[in-house]
Amino acid sequence: MNQLLYSKLGSLIKVEPSLATSIGQIQLDRPVMLASGILGISLDVFNRLYRSGAGAVVTKSLSKEPWEGYPNPTIFSVKGDGWINAVGLSNPGAPNFAKMIQPNQDVPIIVSLVGSIPEEFEMMIKEFKNCKVVAYELNLSCPHVAKVGLEVGDDPELVKKIVTTVKNTTNIPVIAKVGLGTTHYLNTVSTAIDSGIDAITAINTVRAMAIDVETQRPILSNKFGGLSGSPIKPIALRCVYEISSKYDIPIIGCGGISTWEDAVEFFLAGSSAIQLGSAVGDNWVNVFDEINKGILQYMKRKGYSKITDMVGLAKKS
Amino acid sequence: MQRNHNHPTIVTIEKIIDETPTVRTLVFSDEIMSNVLPGQFAMVWIPGINELPMSIMISKESGKAAFTVRKHGSASTGLFNIKVGEQIGIRGPYGNSFDIKEGKLLLVGGGTGLVPMMRLLTFVKPTDDVTILIGAQSKGEVFFEDLANSLLENNPHQVIVSTDDGSYGEKGFVTDLVEKLVSETHFDAVYVCGPEIMMYKTVQSAHSRGMFVQASLERMMKCGVGICGSCCVGEDLVCRDGTVFDGQHLSSNKEFGHFHRNKAGVLENY
Repeated sequence: MNQLLYSKLGSLIKVEPSLATSIGQIQLDRPVMLASGILGISLDVFNRLYRSGAGAVVTKSLSKEPWEGYPNPTIFSVKGDGWINAVGLSNPGAPNFAKMIQPNQDVPIIVSLVGSIPEEFEMMIKEFKNCKVVAYELNLSCPHVAKVGLEVGDDPELVKKIVTTVKNTTNIPVIAKVGLGTTHYLNTVSTAIDSGIDAITAINTVRAMAIDVETQRPILSNKFGGLSGSPIKPIALRCVYEISSKYDIPIIGCGGISTWEDAVEFFLAGSSAIQLGSAVGDNWVNVFDEINKGILQYMKRKGYSKITDMVGLAKKS
Repeated sequence: MQRNHNHPTIVTIEKIIDETPTVRTLVFSDEIMSNVLPGQFAMVWIPGINELPMSIMISKESGKAAFTVRKHGSASTGLFNIKVGEQIGIRGPYGNSFDIKEGKLLLVGGGTGLVPMMRLLTFVKPTDDVTILIGAQSKGEVFFEDLANSLLENNPHQVIVSTDDGSYGEKGFVTDLVEKLVSETHFDAVYVCGPEIMMYKTVQSAHSRGMFVQASLERMMKCGVGICGSCCVGEDLVCRDGTVFDGQHLSSNKEFGHFHRNKAGVLENY
């Protein structure tokens, strides 16, 4: 009833809706972010994405040292829709990267970190002490590199140690990015929350593969990769809904989002911001503004003044 | 069903032409690749070895296309060693292409950078006056000279070869020749593809004189579709915004001509 009144009032006084959102302590002007692993190696590109409508950019997952990643083919287009990638977390390493983003003033940058032991995360965070960073995102879910990512996320003891160490190292908010591994992802979420995590990004790509029937061999050089894009959207949406139903923790939805309707679905399921990656490959950088515009029109139509007005609404009984 | 250009299509190599001891042209049948625009590229999968971006070479036969590869790293050597009858995967075409101008045209190519230039020559009009500069280190590295002449047989044209060591054609760097030509003659368009320094100097020479100039850039690529970010040059992605960029745009790019990124994404000097 209140909702209805508010909605009517909103349309009467013509409140211009705002795309601003907050994920716990993280304040963003717009709710659509670039997901980790996509395009994230140059500050010039970050600036361009921000100008194109991204509310924040999440960097490639950074390791202590530079990583070359796997040989090509590192990406495969699934017939119908979606991508399978095994880029192999190639990145210039945290020290090089910190130097590169040091001049940043304008772009809300979320630094994604990948490692095997707590000390690595601690060392990397110290590299960014002179950089403007809005949050750290811990990659506990990359499904195609040994000893890091999902292999860490699947180990509750290690998750606890890493999150605790990182929270003791920095005052900047820390997000855990979870995915579907051998340990139930809700256990990983629960462990991360108990260890003091500030927010959850759900989900990462889903372990997958592709075989070419002519040459009769796996296409990706790593054989296995992570499935992204539209095929995983319903799974990601289910995870966001489950997390938000079970825990009181800010959530960033991620997985196959390519339209404003997708984004709104994730808000309704309980996430207060979203990330996208594959959609950039399909629609290029215009995708951010297109989704922002669509969300705004939806908000006008429904009489919402801010994103949080619709977060979790699908859970109403 | 319409072909998904992001999905690899398997083709069989039908013919191999040895251009020089280190450069080969591999011919295959593919209607779509035979009709691409100059500057566009394909991601080429050598099963079990690697995948790399390749500019799509023309073939004299209709319905066919080719890749001209110099053996260099493991991926290009893998492609170079492919035999007739063996299969490769191709996806694309990707990227934009050269703007086709009319009048007095200058094309500058070095090594396999000549591939998009050969395709560009198939788009010139009979009235165009075309000068093509072929740069090579030495006589043994020169290729496509005869092909350029035959493609231009109906045009007023000039094919000029320069070698760094003077063992064939004019002696010296091709960029010195470019500087000389553009200082003497106004060209309606200058097109360049080759080593980055060659492109940088050519763009400088032409752009500083107000001439329209475009370069087709090369960078390390993984995805080819604007996801991985490996091929970024400043704020531009070669796979998605290029491969062809205007001199005007390149003149304001801080990385063009100076830096490229290695496989880890670390900036390295040229």
